[in-house]
Amino acid sequence: MISFHPMEKCLSVSELTYYIKEKLENTFRGVFLQGEISNFKLQTSGHLYFTLKDENAQISCVMFRGEASRLRSLPKEGDKVTVRGEISVYAPQGKYQLVVRELNFAGVGDLLLKFQKLKEKLQGLGWFDKARKKELPKFPKTIGVVTSPTGAVIRDIIHVLERRFGNFHLILNPVKVQGEGAAQEIARAINEFNQYKLADVLIVGRGGGSFEDLFCFSEEIVAKAIFESQIPIISAVGHETDYSIADFVADVRAPTPSAAAEIALGEKAHVLDFLNKTRHTLQRFLHLKINTLHQRLDDFLNLLERAILGEMRGKKILLDSFKKRLFALNPLLIIGHHKQHLQRITTQIDQGIVKITQYHKRNLVGLVNHLKSLDPKNVLKKGYSILFEEKSGSVITSAQDLNVGTNVIARLSDGSAKLLVEEKL
Amino acid sequence: MKDERTFEKAFKRLEEILEKMNDGKISLDESLKLYEEADQLIINCSKRLSEAEKKIQVLTKERDGKIALDDKEEPILEDFS
Repeated sequence: MISFHPMEKCLSVSELTYYIKEKLENTFRGVFLQGEISNFKLQTSGHLYFTLKDENAQISCVMFRGEASRLRSLPKEGDKVTVRGEISVYAPQGKYQLVVRELNFAGVGDLLLKFQKLKEKLQGLGWFDKARKKELPKFPKTIGVVTSPTGAVIRDIIHVLERRFGNFHLILNPVKVQGEGAAQEIARAINEFNQYKLADVLIVGRGGGSFEDLFCFSEEIVAKAIFESQIPIISAVGHETDYSIADFVADVRAPTPSAAAEIALGEKAHVLDFLNKTRHTLQRFLHLKINTLHQRLDDFLNLLERAILGEMRGKKILLDSFKKRLFALNPLLIIGHHKQHLQRITTQIDQGIVKITQYHKRNLVGLVNHLKSLDPKNVLKKGYSILFEEKSGSVITSAQDLNVGTNVIARLSDGSAKLLVEEKL
Repeated sequence: MKDERTFEKAFKRLEEILEKMNDGKISLDESLKLYEEADQLIINCSKRLSEAEKKIQVLTKERDGKIALDDKEEPILEDFS
């Protein structure tokens, strides 16, 4: 915070301005002001600029687009208005102005005053006391509605009821909800519902509008009808930010007509929800139970299967070993073995014979050769001769066998001759 | 407020059943029995809740803005659409 000691320090313009800004803005935050419009200007930005004045003074005002767009009609020169807002200092121009948040045309000021007075009066009478509020029925059979038959309110209410709860009984008491005589109609409708006991709970309301539009719900006659109603009443007047006397007196204030419908249904919709949820939960439990049992059954089945399979596998192994042994004993196989053996022996014999034959052949050839070398003819060819006895033809191998005067035959290699033994030498 | 008592009784029983079934210790037979009982309770409650048939009506009015009455001095209701 900038400290301000005028005699001690020389300030810059900015310093002084910001000091003023802070002081002013903090002091004049919630200003409620009445005056006459002049220099009215609507900028293309949507902001409104005007001056409020009375006989002796004037103040610059700005109403920004957001707030200005909520005005039902733009103010004109000379209009008497009341505004709510706060003081703001615009440093670049050294100006202060009122930033208007809410603007009401003259007359509204009177209405506001009336509203305040009635509110205080009824509060004083205890009409707003929580203790006096009636409890809403939990299971209403018939929902009564006091509103315009053509507005969005009744549509919204029916829409919600249809969505939340199929079977409902709604009775509309159609009334004017703004202007001359509206308050009387609203009050009478509430009384009629009570007189003929037409509903278990009432919704009284209308859609959004200006403070004047909504004002019929702030008339004492309506407040009285609500207060005296034996049937519990839900108010739904304007938007959530709007307040009417009806809202204060009603047993429950709903921010919107749709909300009012939800509230009016009481526990019916909740009970239905609860029942549906319960049913689902129970079904889930049951399924869980059944599934668990199923699973256990499956487990048993698996065990059983495994056991049987194990047994079978054992048997199979045994069977296989039998098969193998049996196969080994197959006579054909044995015969085959013997056959093979026989074959081997045959082959061996054959090979033996061949070998022996060949051996003898070789021997024979040797013998023949030897024999050939021993053939006497061959000896004769070398110049020898053989002597035979002429008569017996036997071979003479000794000289003693030769007798002088006898003939012998001499064989030479290429012929024979008769020889006479002349003498022994 | 007969309805409220009926409902409250039913809710209490339903909650008991929920608890028992949630416990999981009961037999399948018992579960089925409890489920049937709960189902019946739910059906009955739903019926009671939905007993009123859907009606959207509007009060007819006289010229002076008062509601119109029939011969028996009862308000005349018409369907609202």
